[in-house]
Amino acid sequence: MTEIALEFDSVWKKFKKGEVFDSLRDLIPALAKSLFSRNNKGELQKREFWALQDISFQVRRGEAFGIIGANGAGKSTILKLLSKILRPNRGRITTHGRLSALIEVGAGFHPDLTGRENVYLNGAILGMKRQEISRKFDEIVEFAGIGDFIDTPVKRYSSGMYARLGFAVAAHVDPEVLLVDEVLSVGDMQFQEKCLERMLRIAREGTTVIFVSHNLQAVQMLCGRTLLLRAGRITALGPPRDVIAQYVQTIQGGGRASVSGGPIGEVRLENESGAIADVFAPGDPALLKFTVEVPAPIEEYVLAFIVQRLSDGQPLCDYNLRLEEVGQCSKRAGRVQSALRFNVNLLRGAYGILLNLYHCPTSSFLVHRQNAGFFSVNETTSYGGIAHLNPTLEGEGRPRPATEGFGDK
Amino acid sequence: MSRMRESISEVYQYRDLLFMLAWRDIKARYKQSVMGFFWAILMPLLIVGAGLLVRFAFSMNSGHSMNFADVASIALKSLPWAFFVSAIKFGTNSMVANPNLVTKIYFPREVFPLAAVLASLFDATIASTVVILLLVLAKVGVSIYLLWLPVLLLLTVLLTAALAMFLSCANLFFRDVKYLVDVFLTFGILFTPVFYEARMVGKWAPLLLINPIGALLEAMNDVVVHHQAPSYSWLAYAACWAVLGLLTSWWIFDRAEASFAENI
Repeated sequence: MTEIALEFDSVWKKFKKGEVFDSLRDLIPALAKSLFSRNNKGELQKREFWALQDISFQVRRGEAFGIIGANGAGKSTILKLLSKILRPNRGRITTHGRLSALIEVGAGFHPDLTGRENVYLNGAILGMKRQEISRKFDEIVEFAGIGDFIDTPVKRYSSGMYARLGFAVAAHVDPEVLLVDEVLSVGDMQFQEKCLERMLRIAREGTTVIFVSHNLQAVQMLCGRTLLLRAGRITALGPPRDVIAQYVQTIQGGGRASVSGGPIGEVRLENESGAIADVFAPGDPALLKFTVEVPAPIEEYVLAFIVQRLSDGQPLCDYNLRLEEVGQCSKRAGRVQSALRFNVNLLRGAYGILLNLYHCPTSSFLVHRQNAGFFSVNETTSYGGIAHLNPTLEGEGRPRPATEGFGDK
Repeated sequence: MSRMRESISEVYQYRDLLFMLAWRDIKARYKQSVMGFFWAILMPLLIVGAGLLVRFAFSMNSGHSMNFADVASIALKSLPWAFFVSAIKFGTNSMVANPNLVTKIYFPREVFPLAAVLASLFDATIASTVVILLLVLAKVGVSIYLLWLPVLLLLTVLLTAALAMFLSCANLFFRDVKYLVDVFLTFGILFTPVFYEARMVGKWAPLLLINPIGALLEAMNDVVVHHQAPSYSWLAYAACWAVLGLLTSWWIFDRAEASFAENI
């Protein structure tokens, strides 16, 4: 057995924009050409574009490998190439072992058939044998939490039940290589956690997992290595933390120009001891240092301080702070060293800081600094959520912080 | 050729799915339907009814009265024809009706048209009980030539599968194929010896037998109703169509398969 589970060797894939054929007149020569010519690798025809360019990577057996990137970067195309739904125009793809894809859960469901019938159908579609499905049937139903509804046609299911049953079947295929495309976004929070747990277990048991997601938190938790795609090319490949940081910079940056110079510059995020930091524990104090350089008297500006969750862009706070506080003496335009102190009252996750400068007299924004900084919070006690409320449990004994209590349940 | 063998063995590996999809089509067809399995015999029944009317008109004009053998041969031929029509119809649509499966999940796509043929075969099996009953009532009797029947049925299935594979593939690229197929199937019954027998057109009979389905229907009529050996030359001709057609269809299908997901 080889150690490489799958390999992309300079793979190129092109797609067509617009309609594929205009008329029968174009069609017949085109069809004849595609049937008889092996050499379909050539250069771009009109209206074609490269969806993937020169993609090479290897995934070792048992590795959990993440793929991230903006919409349209080519993530799903890679998965479809891996699962042989699409074929590359150039390059070679090698896979070893039984491969199963969690690309669209419940894709094979027939609305008129019952949950039970669909489990068998979908199992067969995903490549399971009949006996294998029978063996795992109870486990699947249990996992999906469908209960008595298993003999109801799936068209009567809620969309959550539908998705849960779909995921449950797919999660029980036991492949050697598992492809996962953004399926963790199904169901409620509790089911999502369950899915993630299941994926972690599958990965721990030695299955190779290829995980495509916008949920950066999940990628960081699950994957050993991560690939960053941008417009069909690999821009980074390495440990998830570094790659995610780079991704966050590219999506939030809106250009590198504002990083040096500009009205807000020299941003650095420090921890209590004054060192540059990007990982905090809930409740830790943090200091965001930056310089402000404005063309008008500084007291005319308001600084907007916004923190966003990176996985979904949810803004968590949006403070407006008057800049006269930082530039006490300067009544004229100029450059001021400033610092913003705050407490990281957040739970596990990755967060980004946005800084905006608003000029009150002209009612206009001087600058939006989207990626002023980013940080992540590490802790293991919370089950979900965002805000750190610092709960403490009290009882007969002395009060103690809940963060010590939950962990050893 | 090795690629063909690979493709065929892959379909064999996925035989569970093949049966599962056929079973899904059957189940879905009979769920929430008032008529249930009556659907399966409706089409052959209508064909027999129409055929009797046509033959009755013939006999009025020619002065020969209708006999049981005529009824028996129409009933017999209505069954494979109904199977052919439904398999081609379902087969042509089989991939286009499942875009989710074509674009999201990998398995050999040959399974789609083949499952459609299989589901239609199930219907035909149900309807065959009625036809057998009719043949017994018409006192057709048995002879050694009945041994040809399994071969003829197998050839019909192969020919149907070949055409279904080719048309499902064509319909994926061009949606008007479906409408063309509908038109051809509707009028096909008039150009195929179902209501009548090829020899009724005298020296023009070969024109009707060029259609391999026509040749097979006539052969079935020969062995079951007329208790005589089929015309070997026409049988060989139809067999060539079935076998070579299936190989060619499979080859085309296999070549086109790579671009299904991008074109559906």
